[in-house]
Amino acid sequence: MLAFVIRRVFQSVLVLLVVGLVAFSMFRFVGDPIDNMLGQERTQADIDRLRADLGLDQPFVVQYFKFLEGAVQGNFGVSYRQGRPVATIIAERAPATLELAAVSGFLAISIGIGLGVFTAIRRDGIASNIIMTVSLIGVSLPTFLIGILLIYIFSVELDLLPSFGRGDTVMIGGWSTGFLTESGLKALILPSITLGLYQMTLIMRLVRSEMLEVLRQDYIRFARARGLRERSVNFRHALKNTLVPVITVTGLQLGSIIAFAIITETVFQWPGVGLLFINAIQFVDIPVMAAYLMLISVMFVAINLIVDLLYFAIDPRLRADRAGAH
Amino acid sequence: MAELSSETTRPQPAEPSAWARFRASDFYWKFRRSPVAMVSFAVTVLLVMSALLAPLIAPYDPFDPGSLNLMNGFSAPMQPNAFTGETFWLGTDDQGRDVFSTILYGMRISLFVGFAAVMFAMTLGVLLGLVAGYVGGWTETIIMRVADVQLTFPSILVAMLIFGVAKGFTPIEYRDQMAIWVLIIAIGLSDWVQFARVVRGATLVEKNKEYVQAAKLIGRRGPAIMLRHILPNVMSPVLVIATISLALAIIAEATLSFLGVGAPPTQPSLGTLIRIGQGFLFSGEWWILLFPAATLLALALSVNLLGDWLRDALNPRLK
Repeated sequence: MLAFVIRRVFQSVLVLLVVGLVAFSMFRFVGDPIDNMLGQERTQADIDRLRADLGLDQPFVVQYFKFLEGAVQGNFGVSYRQGRPVATIIAERAPATLELAAVSGFLAISIGIGLGVFTAIRRDGIASNIIMTVSLIGVSLPTFLIGILLIYIFSVELDLLPSFGRGDTVMIGGWSTGFLTESGLKALILPSITLGLYQMTLIMRLVRSEMLEVLRQDYIRFARARGLRERSVNFRHALKNTLVPVITVTGLQLGSIIAFAIITETVFQWPGVGLLFINAIQFVDIPVMAAYLMLISVMFVAINLIVDLLYFAIDPRLRADRAGAH
Repeated sequence: MAELSSETTRPQPAEPSAWARFRASDFYWKFRRSPVAMVSFAVTVLLVMSALLAPLIAPYDPFDPGSLNLMNGFSAPMQPNAFTGETFWLGTDDQGRDVFSTILYGMRISLFVGFAAVMFAMTLGVLLGLVAGYVGGWTETIIMRVADVQLTFPSILVAMLIFGVAKGFTPIEYRDQMAIWVLIIAIGLSDWVQFARVVRGATLVEKNKEYVQAAKLIGRRGPAIMLRHILPNVMSPVLVIATISLALAIIAEATLSFLGVGAPPTQPSLGTLIRIGQGFLFSGEWWILLFPAATLLALALSVNLLGDWLRDALNPRLK
């Protein structure tokens, strides 16, 4: 057990160090940021001052250690494009992405499980077949086309919902929330559906197949034989036993929601971290790119580590396997 | 024994041609029995051919400024333009470029990037998979660990990150020229893992078979055994994965270009065209967006369905 945990943690740290090296070498070897930050009318004194301010005049090793030291403390320097600390910019943008991801995740889980149960119980019904076919189309449409389609229907044709931005936000102790205003809530609807649709279909299909599996089991037949209500059999007995794989998959999809938020945020011009990253790539804003790279890697590595360790904690069979292998 | 000798004296039937053998194969029979496969194959061939023959088919060259007339801008499909009276099948965009022609040329770029990226991913993945499976030991551990780690990140995110890093490393003056190649490398690097895992698995099985032992006994070296003996025997799942990867690569390219971190405006792919078209959604010029989007969908969907069918037809175990 301990050896496994240590090995996994060691691996995770190694991955982060490699990502850190990539992020740092971008700083070190990518063209001259001074050119990007200063306009045409610059003097040599300006250049020297900025170079010293950014620490670009120091040797490689010193810069690398300064970078690592800063990264651990969440300090990634100053954005070349906005001239403000990257940490501040990301802190400003994070609530938008996190709120979007939370609503999408909630939609995906609640609607996904609901439809999954429905299509499993009425497996031959017309409604179920329609839902399954539509879900197949939903999976094969690229995310950005779904977003555009929703904008076309609900913003252009019906003029019901806003097509871009977050609406009005309220600041609560440094956290800007869109949950408290009408326009903020309206603005959340289309992006969160776009972002959550793929996960929704994934969860729906998973719940459906697990439910079909469970509904065949003897204890369900026995529950029916005892004269329990259909609702109680389906939800209290069957659904409960399908949830373990659903929770695992949902956990792993958490990272994907944050990653795919990049696409959704671009379609809806949602002022989150993903849009920030895309703009950083377009303008080669290295500090922002490096910070995002590190942030997303830490997140993915942490999620995978936690899921691996949870597996290990939940399923005793894996322990014997792991001890034998490798 | 008598039977055997009579067999040799009997006149041999002519060796059937490759086409005749293909027509008699299970594969062809399954193909003819599946309407989905035939339709998606036909659509794929039609789209690929029209992309290849774009300079011959396209009524206009959208990248020749001399043939453009700004007065033709925003012509609706199949309706004569208010100023010039010219009619365009699928309309024109804001600069008066024929949408049909830009789609043909855009599809060329989408398909080129898709094919090249899959070829790159396939070469890399197959080689690393062969080496991991055949050599084993530390080499295998390192390759497969890297693959495992990469698999935990969504591949579109990996492609985006690689594109960003590579763009950063490219000198500013070459960025637009190199964008297509950077895109190919980014998508290719994000997609090699599938190939490597499958090839490694197959190699582990193949390397213990007698023909490999025999090749070792007659003194063939490792690389020759891997490439000449094992590789042909592990190729059929590789081709299936390549087809499915092609659909994914085309969508990945379109997504990146749509986000503005892919093909440059000077070489617009389908994704770039959709990005341009999205800007005209509110002003009512729906055709600038709709036709490239529909083309992308038809292309991705038909390649995807073909890949799915191929998987079931060639190797049901992969399902």
